[in-house]
Amino acid sequence: MTGHVSIRLASERVNHSVATSNELPRFYTPGEVISGMQDFMRGHGTYTEDDNLKSSVAGVMQKVNKLICIRPLKSRYVGEIGDVVVGRVLEVQQRRWKVDTNSRLDSILQLSSVNLPGGELRRRSVEDEQSMRKVLQEGDLISAEVQSVFSDGSLSLHTRSLKYGKLVQGTLVKVFPSLIKRRKNHFHNILGISIIIGNNGYIWISPREKESTENDDLENIEKAKLEPVSISIREIMARVKNCIAALVASKMMLDDTSILMAYEESLKYETAKEMLDPEAMLDIAFLTQHRLNYVTTE
Amino acid sequence: MAGSLISQSEQVFIVHGVENDFRSDGRSSIDYRPMELETDVVSHASGSARLRLANTDILVGVKTEIDVPKPETPGLGKIEFFVDCSANATPEFEGRGGEQLANTISSTMQRAYYSPQAFNLKQLCIFEGKQCWKLYVDILILECGGNLCDAVSLAVKAALFNTRLPCVKAALMDGGNIDLQLSDDPYDSKQLDIGTAPLLVTLCKIGTKCVVDPSAEEERCSVISLVVGVTGNPNFYQTDDNVIPDIKCKCSTISMNGPGSLSPKTLKSAIEQGITAANCLDNALGDALLREKDEISYLKKHSYGFLK
Repeated sequence: MTGHVSIRLASERVNHSVATSNELPRFYTPGEVISGMQDFMRGHGTYTEDDNLKSSVAGVMQKVNKLICIRPLKSRYVGEIGDVVVGRVLEVQQRRWKVDTNSRLDSILQLSSVNLPGGELRRRSVEDEQSMRKVLQEGDLISAEVQSVFSDGSLSLHTRSLKYGKLVQGTLVKVFPSLIKRRKNHFHNILGISIIIGNNGYIWISPREKESTENDDLENIEKAKLEPVSISIREIMARVKNCIAALVASKMMLDDTSILMAYEESLKYETAKEMLDPEAMLDIAFLTQHRLNYVTTE
Repeated sequence: MAGSLISQSEQVFIVHGVENDFRSDGRSSIDYRPMELETDVVSHASGSARLRLANTDILVGVKTEIDVPKPETPGLGKIEFFVDCSANATPEFEGRGGEQLANTISSTMQRAYYSPQAFNLKQLCIFEGKQCWKLYVDILILECGGNLCDAVSLAVKAALFNTRLPCVKAALMDGGNIDLQLSDDPYDSKQLDIGTAPLLVTLCKIGTKCVVDPSAEEERCSVISLVVGVTGNPNFYQTDDNVIPDIKCKCSTISMNGPGSLSPKTLKSAIEQGITAANCLDNALGDALLREKDEISYLKKHSYGFLK
């Protein structure tokens, strides 16, 4: 039994860029002068100094008529109403949970914006308030939707739909929020597993949930959720996880199409762990980019 | 260890994965994640190396100084380890937050290098009983992504491989004092013999099995981890063919972290697993270091450092 160890030198570093066209977007660094003229409007990510419009973040310019914004490459998640997010409960407080959603401030999940066990809509009683930890405790992962944005930018979440709620077995992958492509649907059931691509850059990969029969009681459902996951499902999950890592290393946008394509390209590698090597990662990202270009030109 | 929260069901998933010998990124229990190594990154140090293992980033610098040997060991030099946890790694390291972790790592390293079969301190002797070299190994943890001990030991070994001690040109005896004249020429220097220098392997006990190279999430799932220091094989670090008859790797230190416990049977199998893993690591490290040495011999060293 021998382990797999690979130590590469810095001089053998792989360049993950897969940009096919030569014209890369202009990249602004903090403090760089964007324009010396006054007839532009100052947008997000910019500031004025000495009559110059300067960038306050590292990113690319977006121009709408006279409004100039700089969209940062790496940033915390800036929430918008209706976004699907994946978050982790940090704290249980009075009638609310504090949730980490990769934004600047912790988000809030009110007790009044969750579906309580039992399913039916009812008034929140004092007992509910006292047993909040039974519903969600510290460390638990949830999927939720942004209900509203407070004036300081912190988010209020809700899970009042059957598709949201506590997440059980699976793995969390963290990527930059700017790499998530906005789609109508962020819940995907592909390849026999389910993927939640949170707008906040948290991606949840989990085995597909079994359809529960109606006469199952709550306890049985809870038990079924902690059953071991089969090795074939694990293999798919590991592959998807490594595909996402490969796409992120090459700074490619993530959605169900790109993940699915990367997965198909990855099948030429026999095991999922071969995909951890930088060469394989670049190869997968490059082939995916190629296929995406092909689809868009069709 | 520094880390974030993890939910109970995620733990269940990881534990079942380890039992099936299939971890969440597809690795088996003795696979390491790819690493990146560069030596000679700090120009002011006698030897330096930087190692990146997934998200763990370690920078090691070796400083040399002339010192007086201890009276009980007149023929031996000295080596000292110092670990600094940068607050850049995690906010928890701010102030004195990382001190405990730093002390644990440096004392483990000190113990692993203590045995003469692991690292021969005789090579640091200049003048028996009077003068010797003292090596200060400064370890800086820049980013924390799990599996610190292994990464630190690899980086230290690479930095020691890169260390050059200036040759002594002349020594003047003046009464009891010795005045040494060292060579100024950077090429007139000697390398250290680090073939047997130990590597640390962390074995994280998750469920009933042990895994090497745990990720930050996996570290959260385990109640105890075992650190095994295993001596190296000098054959991996030389190019010429005069193969030294095969030296068996020896375990030079064992330490445990965490509140859990290990049964003697598990301990034994874990140590064996650690020795296997250390042998693979040692082979890969020697290979990488020789490749880099080869590269420098005909090309001018191009420094890559931290820029991607």
